[in-house]
Amino acid sequence: MLKYTFDWSIVTSGKYFEWLVSGLKVTLELSAVGIVCAFLLGLLIAVLKMSHYRPVRWIATAYLEFFRNTPLLVQIFFWYFGSYKVLPTAVNEWLNSTNFEFAAAAIALTIYTSAFIAEDIRSGILSIPKEQMEAARSAGFSYLRSMQYIILPQAVRITIPPLVNQFLNLAKNSSLAMSIGVMELTYQARQVESYTFKGFEAFTAATVVYLGLSVVITALMDLYNKKVLNPHRA
Amino acid sequence: MEEALNFQVIIDNFTYFMIGRYPNGPLGGLGLTMYLAVISCILSFFGGLILGLLSLSRYAAIRHPVNLFINAVRGIPLLMVIFWMYFLLPALMGKTVPEATTVIMGLTIFTSAYMSQIVRAGIQGIPKGQTEAAVSTGLKHWQAMLYIVLPQGLRNMIPSFVNQFVSLIKDTSLAFIVGVSELTHVGTQINNRTMAFPTEIFIFIAAVYFVLCFAFTSFSRWLEGRLAWRKSI
Repeated sequence: MLKYTFDWSIVTSGKYFEWLVSGLKVTLELSAVGIVCAFLLGLLIAVLKMSHYRPVRWIATAYLEFFRNTPLLVQIFFWYFGSYKVLPTAVNEWLNSTNFEFAAAAIALTIYTSAFIAEDIRSGILSIPKEQMEAARSAGFSYLRSMQYIILPQAVRITIPPLVNQFLNLAKNSSLAMSIGVMELTYQARQVESYTFKGFEAFTAATVVYLGLSVVITALMDLYNKKVLNPHRA
Repeated sequence: MEEALNFQVIIDNFTYFMIGRYPNGPLGGLGLTMYLAVISCILSFFGGLILGLLSLSRYAAIRHPVNLFINAVRGIPLLMVIFWMYFLLPALMGKTVPEATTVIMGLTIFTSAYMSQIVRAGIQGIPKGQTEAAVSTGLKHWQAMLYIVLPQGLRNMIPSFVNQFVSLIKDTSLAFIVGVSELTHVGTQINNRTMAFPTEIFIFIAAVYFVLCFAFTSFSRWLEGRLAWRKSI
């Protein structure tokens, strides 16, 4: 065993503590932006996938399969290093005027996660029995109104737990953004390690923060399952 | 600026993408990606089996720590697990550890935690009556598990195992970060050397991963259909 003296003070106060906190902030920002955009994009893809027109369905399927079956890291590299050749000039200019590392990571995370969310939303909608739609239609609701008042309110309730799960995945996956220099939590933990040689403390701190995030959100979800999904049980 | 894509760079470096410097040097590229994925998959199959069985143990003293470990690993990013291995392995073994070993250990521990959930669900999916019947014929509890429940459960787990293998193939790309020259690393290397073709290179790499992963995803779906059909007769 190597000799090693622990010094926890470096990660609980002072400059390095502030680095970690700023890293957590970036991780949360990236996850928040990512989940909102991924939800909207996922909803769109789910709707396309259930379309009556075969070519539209086919496009949605190709999207889902492609982005689910390629590594997120490669997608991040594509958006960061390679997207300038395929995007219109105006978009490139706009991206360069923003924080480009953050934007590339956010785009990659959004698209990757949206492919998983689309399937969650779709199975949520499909889990509502067909008869509900038929009953709503025969009661005089139009297709859209039946969706709005009968199907979606029920589907959303059962889709929330998988969506929260995707949020957790997104928060964990956002650690890959460090590879293109986004200063999120893992990046900062590594920074602290290379400045202080206290890798054990730095990575413990980051691990505890990630775990804390999962524990809090999982607990909230259990509460939701108990209060909203199964209110009459026990 | 929108530019025309030129895939000549792929053709020029094709063998390097596929096998790295092999046979004149170490294996790299897609070959190393597959090597990492297959070795980690075999190891995490056993890891997942052991963790899954322990997490269903009748003894709380075994069950609780194992579940705590599984949930902790599932709660942190894979990248974190790999960094932990990067630190802990040399400290524990008292000597430097090759990067590929670090990555294989990281992937194994991470994937074992996820596989254990598949094993758990597979075992819980077998009716309790099977264990009871086995025990009443005189088998011990562990024998009933090993000879009666597990063989039936494992068959139902196969599609999920294949899906987990697909995740593993994708996750090997993280080996890039500790400098293992698998497919993604080779891509960034060639990108750094040629400078002008990042779009072409990353589209190509994504396509290679896609073909590989999609083949296995489709295989897993086919298996799932077959198993469902078998159960229905």
